[in-house]
Amino acid sequence: MRRGSFLTLCLWAGFAFLYLPIIVLIVYSFNASRLVAVWGGWSVKWYGELFRDPQVLGAASMSLQIAAISATVAVVIGGLAGYALSRFGRFRGRTGFSTMLTAPLVMPEVITGLSLLMLFIAMEGLVGWPAGRGMTTVIIAHITFAAAYVAVVVRSRVAGLDRALEEAAMDLGARPLTVLRRITLPMLMPGLLSGWLLAFTLSLDDLVIASFVTGPGATTLPMLIFSKVRLGVSPDINALATLIVAVVASGVLLSGWIMLRAERRHARQVRAAFRREGAMDGN
Amino acid sequence: MTDTAADRVADSPALSASRGRLIGILIPTAWLLLFFAIPFLFVIKISLSEAAYSVPPVSDFLIWQDGWPVLQATWANFALILDDPLYLQALLGSLRIAAISTLLTLLIGYPMAYAIARAEPGMRTPLLLLVILPFWTSFLIRVYAWSTLLQDQGMINSALMWLGVIDDPMRMLNTEFAVQLGIVYSYLPFMILPLYATLERLDGSLLEAAADLGARPATTFWRVTLPLSLPGVAAGCLLVFIPAAGEFVIPELLGGPDTLMIGKVMWQEFFNNRDWPVASALATILLLLLIVPILLLDRTQSRAEQG
Repeated sequence: MRRGSFLTLCLWAGFAFLYLPIIVLIVYSFNASRLVAVWGGWSVKWYGELFRDPQVLGAASMSLQIAAISATVAVVIGGLAGYALSRFGRFRGRTGFSTMLTAPLVMPEVITGLSLLMLFIAMEGLVGWPAGRGMTTVIIAHITFAAAYVAVVVRSRVAGLDRALEEAAMDLGARPLTVLRRITLPMLMPGLLSGWLLAFTLSLDDLVIASFVTGPGATTLPMLIFSKVRLGVSPDINALATLIVAVVASGVLLSGWIMLRAERRHARQVRAAFRREGAMDGN
Repeated sequence: MTDTAADRVADSPALSASRGRLIGILIPTAWLLLFFAIPFLFVIKISLSEAAYSVPPVSDFLIWQDGWPVLQATWANFALILDDPLYLQALLGSLRIAAISTLLTLLIGYPMAYAIARAEPGMRTPLLLLVILPFWTSFLIRVYAWSTLLQDQGMINSALMWLGVIDDPMRMLNTEFAVQLGIVYSYLPFMILPLYATLERLDGSLLEAAADLGARPATTFWRVTLPLSLPGVAAGCLLVFIPAAGEFVIPELLGGPDTLMIGKVMWQEFFNNRDWPVASALATILLLLLIVPILLLDRTQSRAEQG
């Protein structure tokens, strides 16, 4: 068991490494002192300052809108792509299709951001759209890389689906669209939901790509945080970070719970269906 | 009858299934071609243009002379980059820092992934969730947290001085060490997830067989476990190395003025110097360097799916 305990030690040391900075941020968000090195007693004044700062509120609302819209479109595009990769077998151009979906996952953001900006400027010159840069261009950029992440999630989810259910529905005469609506989509729901959440957080988190493709009047939350951080230590960032951690942690726990429940219900339904079938066979 | 022939054809399940297939492939393809692949062509175009005092700050690529189009392409930007030791240093520095950080991430991530894969089945999902959770909270803020931890008066220096390990604060912030730490920290989940995926599928009976044949645990690891997990190692390393090589936020917040990385240099050329052609040329060179690793990653992923 010596090796087992060595591994366990590594695991918990790794978790300490991952969570230490986050815990420090949370603790210092309640520090009354402005200086990081000095503990000035407990206080919630930075939270008050945060909620009175119109810049922070404006950027947060901008970021949330961009994240919600881009996550929704990314789920449609990435969902189709993930389904196609998992189900359509070999089709012409599959290699290129799969490369175009893998590359955005790892492409350095400076390259993606710069190239999209160049595209937007060229498009504006050629077809007059998008006119200028701002929220629309940031949304398009976020859809593009988030769709690739959604495709990964949906692809692995589709691979784990039981194909027999869809085939049974087809055999019973259901049209493809009905099968999609009544069988495939409900079974894919947990995957689509986690894909949406992933796309949402990725959009909420992006600094580099948004900095390239944004325009006047569209300052996102990461851009605001970045400018504050570059100016020096600002304790209200700690408060903001703590709020983000709280929201994300509860979102992840909630979606985990929803998925677990959906899986259990699905398993129950399948068992019930088999029982009915067994009863009919007995007749 | 309002039914047209086309409607009736569309009603046939087989045909509408193939139409569905077409839509499923066409929409993502069109989107990714327009907003991911084609933009690179414009970067290449700008990298071959001359800088100018105009909006946008680039001279026209194509000019009309006596009714004929004349291409104004120039290699000057690439020549400048290859001549200037600063750019070359930044390019090589990025690759070196990314490579070292990838190796460190592997050394930390492998035992963690292995420990999760060998944990009780019911514990695996919660442990994985613990690995992923930090990734869901703002990357920018987590990197910023390290900058406060690593300061001269930060918690790490204070703790080490309190313990008597050091007498004076160590300079950690604004060094290459801080950049590597930041990369390892930020990309650790990308290493652990593919490693876990291969280690979890590992056939336990192979390990038992090795043990039954008298192999010591260390031998079993080196001769059985590690070779079988190489696809996961490859995927994890590529998932860390490729984006790390073009990282901007981490060297900007944790690195010093002497920590040259190509992503940061490119950002400065673009935003501070407004030199779009040189920034585009740097992006083109970085893209060319990363094409092979990206294709390798795509390969490892399709292979993992097949077997």
